[in-house]
Amino acid sequence: MTVCGKKGVVQVSSKIWIKESFGDRLFLGAIYVFLCCIMIVVLYPLIYIISASISSPEAVTSGRVWLWPVDFSLQGYIEVLTNSDVIRGFRNSILYTIGYTIISVVLTVVFAYPLSRKSFYGRTFFMFFILFTMLFYGGLIPEYLVVQKLGMLDTPWAILLPKAMAVWQVIIARTFFQSSVPDELVEASEMDGCSSLKFLWYVVLPLSKPIIAVLALMYAVFQWNSYFDAMIFLKSEELFPLQLELRELLIVQSDSGANMDIAEQQRREQLANLMRYSLIVISSLPVLMIYPFAQKYFVKGMLIGSVKG
Amino acid sequence: MKQAMEIGHGYDGLKKKKTSQLHLAKRSFRKHWQLYLLMIPPILYFVIFKYVPMVGAVIAFKDYNVVEGIFGSPWVGFKHFEAFFQNPVAWDLIKNTLLLSLYHLAVTFPLPIILALALNEIKDGLFKRSVQMFTYAPYFISTVVIVSMIILMLSPRTGIINSFVEFFGFEPINFLGNAEMFRSVFVWSDAWQLTGYSAIIYLAALAGVDKQQYEAAKMDGASRLQKIWNVDIPGIMPAIVIILILSVGNLMAIGFEKVYLLQNPLNLSTSEILQTYVYKMGIINANFSFSTAVGLFNSVVNLVLLIIVNALAKKVSGDGLW
Repeated sequence: MTVCGKKGVVQVSSKIWIKESFGDRLFLGAIYVFLCCIMIVVLYPLIYIISASISSPEAVTSGRVWLWPVDFSLQGYIEVLTNSDVIRGFRNSILYTIGYTIISVVLTVVFAYPLSRKSFYGRTFFMFFILFTMLFYGGLIPEYLVVQKLGMLDTPWAILLPKAMAVWQVIIARTFFQSSVPDELVEASEMDGCSSLKFLWYVVLPLSKPIIAVLALMYAVFQWNSYFDAMIFLKSEELFPLQLELRELLIVQSDSGANMDIAEQQRREQLANLMRYSLIVISSLPVLMIYPFAQKYFVKGMLIGSVKG
Repeated sequence: MKQAMEIGHGYDGLKKKKTSQLHLAKRSFRKHWQLYLLMIPPILYFVIFKYVPMVGAVIAFKDYNVVEGIFGSPWVGFKHFEAFFQNPVAWDLIKNTLLLSLYHLAVTFPLPIILALALNEIKDGLFKRSVQMFTYAPYFISTVVIVSMIILMLSPRTGIINSFVEFFGFEPINFLGNAEMFRSVFVWSDAWQLTGYSAIIYLAALAGVDKQQYEAAKMDGASRLQKIWNVDIPGIMPAIVIILILSVGNLMAIGFEKVYLLQNPLNLSTSEILQTYVYKMGIINANFSFSTAVGLFNSVVNLVLLIIVNALAKKVSGDGLW
């Protein structure tokens, strides 16, 4: 076990080195073993799914795939990429994600920025105004009735608007503006006769690229991954996002299909058997592709948000 | 809006103070009127999609019908609440919701702390970064995909987990068709997905612990374990308390989108919770008033729990949300 380059020696400060006791080295060893176990537990299902997606369906169902691909085959992927429902869902999801992210980021920024200015009267009230919505939830049914009343049922607006703003994201954005747009800068701009709007557009926004990236990623991942609102608000299949398509293909059909005739059920089962794993991989791909990039920003966002105040 | 702002700053003491508040408001409005205008759409958002449903929850005390709407429908008092509590199903639902939440809390609350403490012990480097990156990754997988993975991997006939079970000479287990296994499947798959993500906040708190305390502990000959116990844990206590309050405050709002997807007729006796019941009674059966009453009961219990835990936390550790 090497710590700090020297065996069993730990640097306490720049000058003092203390030899680690046997017990401590044993403890550290146990920690490494523990973390390795966690890694394996987390990684195994992911590797298995990917391997299964590029193996032949027979090899998967007969249990011959357990870690690496067996009988390499891209049949599942071909099936998925030629399935019109999946492609439609994919397209819808991309559109919803782009539209939703733009709406959400704009609303969040124009709400959070004023709250970050000390001279903005009413900021305490507006903070309370949004925090209260975190404490008490009106309920699923009243929410549904509002969407119904607005005539948004079975339209894309039901996906884009009801969850457009998240309180947490407003807090993160506000904290960012507070710490990175100094009040002195605002005062100086006011001396020069710059209006609040111009200042927001020409000074604050260019300074705020990191926070806009954080907000956009958080909202985009949320929208890409959500299915529930689509399930309750949408009826027409042409509007279904990918996650709802996935639910139909991967989950609903694996329950007993009571109101389906046997032939149809068998056909769907075979189809699903073929493309289950590749569907999982393909639908997660957009998010996983931005993951290395997103990880940094997500961590940043969480850290900004966790600063109290 | 002006009136609203005055409520926000609810001073009604000295007249002088009041006029100076008014003065401040006027000055702010003159300076920032464009910002106030910009805030109108987000305010409308919160009013329409958050506050109107809160008011709309009054239909729990009415017999809602589409023709007369939320305000026109006749009042019926606590009729729907009584109907719910007289139904023996109610207690099963409450029991299922609480047991699932408490089990969930008992597993997913301590795990991220342990992971963060362990990660904090090892040196920065490729291994540490990989552990963080990989444990964090499942957070990005959608609920539908997670549930599909669970169904595929736990399938009694073809699932890989049961291949292992059989390999070691046991009978295959029908995890999802077994009401007793449902809670474990739900909780441990959540632990798999969220532990790495939740650890981030504790890692950040650990990074903020005063370095001098570590040096002092080392000089005093403290072992690693003693250092964790006496320096690390007290150092991240505020974060632990806040996360605990938030988790308890969300106890009744447990991830029901995932519960709903995991449900099947065989595990319904443990997997039916208050929120899935609300969804089925309300959206599917269009029993609006009754299901709103059940949902309202859920929200109120949640709020009360949050207030109690916050008060307790303040008393014990001096830290709270408000």
